Amino acid sequence: MTLIATESLTKVYGGGVTALADLTVAVEPGIVGLVGANGAGKSTLIKLLLGLLTPTGGRIRVLGLDPSTDAAAVRARVGYMPEHDCLPPDLSAAELVTHLGRMSGLPRTVARERASEALRHVGLHEERHRPVGGYSTGMKQRVKLAQALVHDPDLLLLDEPTNGLDPAGRDAMLALVHRIGTEFGISVLVCSHLLGEVERICDTLVAIEGGRLLRADHIAAMTSATDVLAVEVSEGTEALAARLAALDLPVGREGRLLLVPLADQATYDLILGAVADLDLPLHRLDQRRHRVAELFARRESSHA
Amino acid sequence: MPEPTGVIHDIGYQRYTGPRLGRRHVFGALYLHGVRTTFGLGRSAKAKIFPWLVVGIVLTVAAAVTAIRAQIGEAVMTYAQFADSMSWLVIFFVAVAAPELVSRDLRSGVLPLYFSRPLPRADYPLAKLLALVTALWLLLGAPQLMMFLGAAFTADGMRGVWDELLDLLPGLLYAGLWAVVFASVGLLIASLTGKRAFAAGGIVAVFLMTTPIVGILSVLPSQTANQLAGLASPSTLVQGVGIWTLGDLLITDPDAGIPDLGSFGPVYALAAVVLVAGCVALLLARYRKVAAR
Repeated sequence: MTLIATESLTKVYGGGVTALADLTVAVEPGIVGLVGANGAGKSTLIKLLLGLLTPTGGRIRVLGLDPSTDAAAVRARVGYMPEHDCLPPDLSAAELVTHLGRMSGLPRTVARERASEALRHVGLHEERHRPVGGYSTGMKQRVKLAQALVHDPDLLLLDEPTNGLDPAGRDAMLALVHRIGTEFGISVLVCSHLLGEVERICDTLVAIEGGRLLRADHIAAMTSATDVLAVEVSEGTEALAARLAALDLPVGREGRLLLVPLADQATYDLILGAVADLDLPLHRLDQRRHRVAELFARRESSHA
Repeated sequence: MPEPTGVIHDIGYQRYTGPRLGRRHVFGALYLHGVRTTFGLGRSAKAKIFPWLVVGIVLTVAAAVTAIRAQIGEAVMTYAQFADSMSWLVIFFVAVAAPELVSRDLRSGVLPLYFSRPLPRADYPLAKLLALVTALWLLLGAPQLMMFLGAAFTADGMRGVWDELLDLLPGLLYAGLWAVVFASVGLLIASLTGKRAFAAGGIVAVFLMTTPIVGILSVLPSQTANQLAGLASPSTLVQGVGIWTLGDLLITDPDAGIPDLGSFGPVYALAAVVLVAGCVALLLARYRKVAAR
């Protein structure tokens, strides 16, 4: 089943601002990273997924349902963690999450049980009975995550869950999101403007810019397709390059290094064969895993 | 619940397969939560002080009225008059309860957490409104019930109790009118700002600042202006409807300076309906805008 599917999705706000333009994307269940700079349209997409906004054009489906006509059914199966501060300071985390659980249709006692469970899963124990106003930013983010989790959704929409956290807090939050996506059996859409963060935990990556789709693919496909072998020889670099080109290998240069795309294991043999034939001193031959960031580096720098 | 051992087993995440209640239950939960909030229940001790002070005052007044009646055998005030004489307290109660119900949520930004859940957009403001109406009606109705019980025990025979009940029911209906008008005006004003102090000030201002207008209109040389003067303020508007519908249940002393409505009674009733409908419509429009943010 497709988790989220959009077709030429367009959203133009009242003032004529185009937030999303002709966005067509389909993602499978799992952990989905939605990356883009601030103002790229991430929050607009989330609000469209929740049925809080109606699209100007195109179609959108969440868990097989249309949020613009069937908002209640979608929202019953989705949990939403907003980007901004949204916790009343004088309520305790337990009271707030219980109340919001009831707002999702849980019976009273179930709401109370599931609230403590959700808070336990995000790592809040005894402190859950203290007023939220006294919590640290990290604890508040955990409460926000717990309230999205309390009614056992099939999909979590997390808008910048690591906002305002220190590096250790970011790691803990990402580990928690990863655990929810893998162990709890709940699909997660994580929004972030930091590609380096989400690429560590997600299965699928969707990148948008200026309301348009840059790329959407499995993270494995993005990285494996671009693996390269870096070859360095102490002398005879030119000769080796010519030899490899003659073997129909597309050779790139980076300083003293020769870069050869890794098609399969045979690529190794071809390179080693060429080096042996020319009797060159091989200095190094290693596989380079491209970071996803490099795929977007050019586009992001042109945007910034 | 004592655990048999000191070992905590992490049983992992449990999926929920039990029932999920529908819109009616969710609305009911939000409504009850609202009624409790107005009286400060489930809140800090500080939040309980004011509501229960007001409750204490109205119940004390009712007890005094009941006691005097039992002693001298004459009613100091009718049930309907009780609501009228408590109007100031009702205004202050609204000024505290309405911001507590809606301004707090606006300020803390918790609304996206409500609107991302299945309940329809209009249910949030309507549940809050119904909660405030209920709280105000309880505030005015409970003392009347107390007065009725006092009178019923001292009445002679079932016939006396029945007469007393016939007096009580219009009084409770009149209290309902007070509750609906004051709740809808007060909640609309409170929903405009996230600052509770501003909301409380705004509510008191709207209810009290309109009273001088009534005063000015009622001394104008035109008789029509005098008779329509009460329309300018919510309290006199409600009183006008009461005078027209309840008559001598509200006016026991003809010389007591009761405003003369002439033949404009139905205009007052219509104005009350329009006022409430307008406030509810604006409240819903307000939350349609808030939800899309």
